Amino acid sequence: MSGILDIDHLTVTLAGEDRPKPVLSDVSMSIAEGEAVGLVGESGSGKSMTVRSIIRLLPPGARMEGNIRVRGVDLGTLRGAALRKMRAEMPVIFQDPRAHINPVRSVGDFLTEALRIHRRMSRAAAEDRAADVLDEVGVSEARRRLRQYPHELSGGLLQRVMIASALLAEPRLLLADEPTTALDVTTQAEVMAVMDELRRERGLAMLFITHDLELAAAICDRTAVMYAGRVMEVRASASLLERPLHPYTAALATARPSIERKVDRLTTIPGRPLSAFEAPDGCAFNTRCAHVRESCREQRPELRTLLDGQVACVRVEELQAVSHD
Amino acid sequence: MTATSVVRARAGARAGRGGLGPLGVTAATVIAVAVVLAAIGPELASADPNASDFAHAYGPPTPGHPLGYDSQGRDLLARLLTGARTSLLGPLWVVALGMTAGTAIAVVAAWRGGWLDSMVSSVLEVMFSFPGVLLAMLVAAVFGPGLTSAVFALAVAYIPYIARLVRSAAVAERHKPYIQALEVQGLGAFTICLRHLVPNLLPLLAAQATLFFGYAMVDLAIVSFFGLGVQPPDADWGVMVASGQSGVLQGYPAESLLAGGCIVLLVVAFNVLGERLSDGRRVHRPWRLFRRGGTA
Repeated sequence: MSGILDIDHLTVTLAGEDRPKPVLSDVSMSIAEGEAVGLVGESGSGKSMTVRSIIRLLPPGARMEGNIRVRGVDLGTLRGAALRKMRAEMPVIFQDPRAHINPVRSVGDFLTEALRIHRRMSRAAAEDRAADVLDEVGVSEARRRLRQYPHELSGGLLQRVMIASALLAEPRLLLADEPTTALDVTTQAEVMAVMDELRRERGLAMLFITHDLELAAAICDRTAVMYAGRVMEVRASASLLERPLHPYTAALATARPSIERKVDRLTTIPGRPLSAFEAPDGCAFNTRCAHVRESCREQRPELRTLLDGQVACVRVEELQAVSHD
Repeated sequence: MTATSVVRARAGARAGRGGLGPLGVTAATVIAVAVVLAAIGPELASADPNASDFAHAYGPPTPGHPLGYDSQGRDLLARLLTGARTSLLGPLWVVALGMTAGTAIAVVAAWRGGWLDSMVSSVLEVMFSFPGVLLAMLVAAVFGPGLTSAVFALAVAYIPYIARLVRSAAVAERHKPYIQALEVQGLGAFTICLRHLVPNLLPLLAAQATLFFGYAMVDLAIVSFFGLGVQPPDADWGVMVASGQSGVLQGYPAESLLAGGCIVLLVVAFNVLGERLSDGRRVHRPWRLFRRGGTA
């Protein structure tokens, strides 16, 4: 299967103090042309590391195994100009726009720089394009904004500028690393709506990282759940939320607060989230799983195709049978 | 909209002046006056700075010659004013060359990191152990005395000081998210450094350039004092301090004192301004000077 993005058995280890620290362990997933895939997980589960591996922005000393292909091109083989070109076609929308935009350059400079460098557009033409796209992402008075500096814009506006800059690259694939986490809730909703609409209009594929299971389900076609640097379950968003297969996903789903129910205490998952380097043998979730069996501790479960997706749990069928009785 | 931009402009102006403080403004004024005098001074002086008239040797001030004469009967005011030009241009070249080379080395080392960074740092450490003035004299001795060799030697001698400082700032800047975001946008290293990283270092660079200007002035004066920098009969403050020595012993200290006083005054002014600039680093926005003429 070859989509716009294919990640095959990706394992990333960082240089630790005494021994190498794994952060991603055998991650595989793929995104088809025009498809939005959500990547959900707790802090330290390896969501951002996955994105950083794709754009090759890993910390020094990191080792990467497996391969990542974008439209069939193995990213690992790219160097210099070819790598820069590939990066230019895969814009990343970062979590904190204020930290990711050069504070001493105007918004117009930020938006037009890539156009002028990669497409050799004139300044005036590039500014026209930038103003049009700013308009599309819902920034009012686009012309004036181009003359302003990042510190003069609010977080929500700045994130729209970031989205505009991503769209200006005319990509086929967007990488969004928790694009709304740094924004307040109402702005979050607006920014998500704009992003979702523009993505669908243009038929862009997207890898959307979030720790909000429901947000991912709302805007993504498929959702992947990560735990301790591994993919636990990948399924169509709606069914993942309604009928989670993996015990971890199920536990996450029951831990959600709901407006409809009133409860004194939210259900929690016992223990704390583990990072990849602390993961036990066998299934990474076996220390916290309510349905753990001896076999879970012995062998690491592979991602198996099941129903409308894939799941990495040996007991899925048994558990499903039980829950349906 | 107009109202807000007016308020912003005013706030900016206040921050700019207020940041310097009265002492800083005085220092800036002294420097500005010196620069103007160096630029137009030689035309102002009524006398030829190199015309000697032994009848007036060590002569007191006379109308038209308000500062009197030196040991060879040359007009002191004319010599001070022409001397200002070389005394300011010399350090300007030292700072320009040293800052450019030092910043380039520092940014490359900070950007590449790894073995290149460690190698550059070790080479800089070795250069630190060599006093700048000594290097300047050595170069002057080998390539022949003169302002050019002294300027090059001092510029080289200043590189480690500038590079070490800029490197640490550049390393911090290089790991900021916005620089990584630019890399991800597919911009080349050269573009990112030139258009984004260095402009963010400008406040630091401006402050350091001002401080180093003061140091360079003293060091060049020392080299000239020893006769290896500017060559007589060309006027230079360092040369004048040296040639006034015999006068000091004979009870005519005017030449050494005046030239020395000018050096002290300007060096203090540069140090004060440099310090003010680095204190107010976050308030000032020297990069605004470098923007294409547009609205703020």
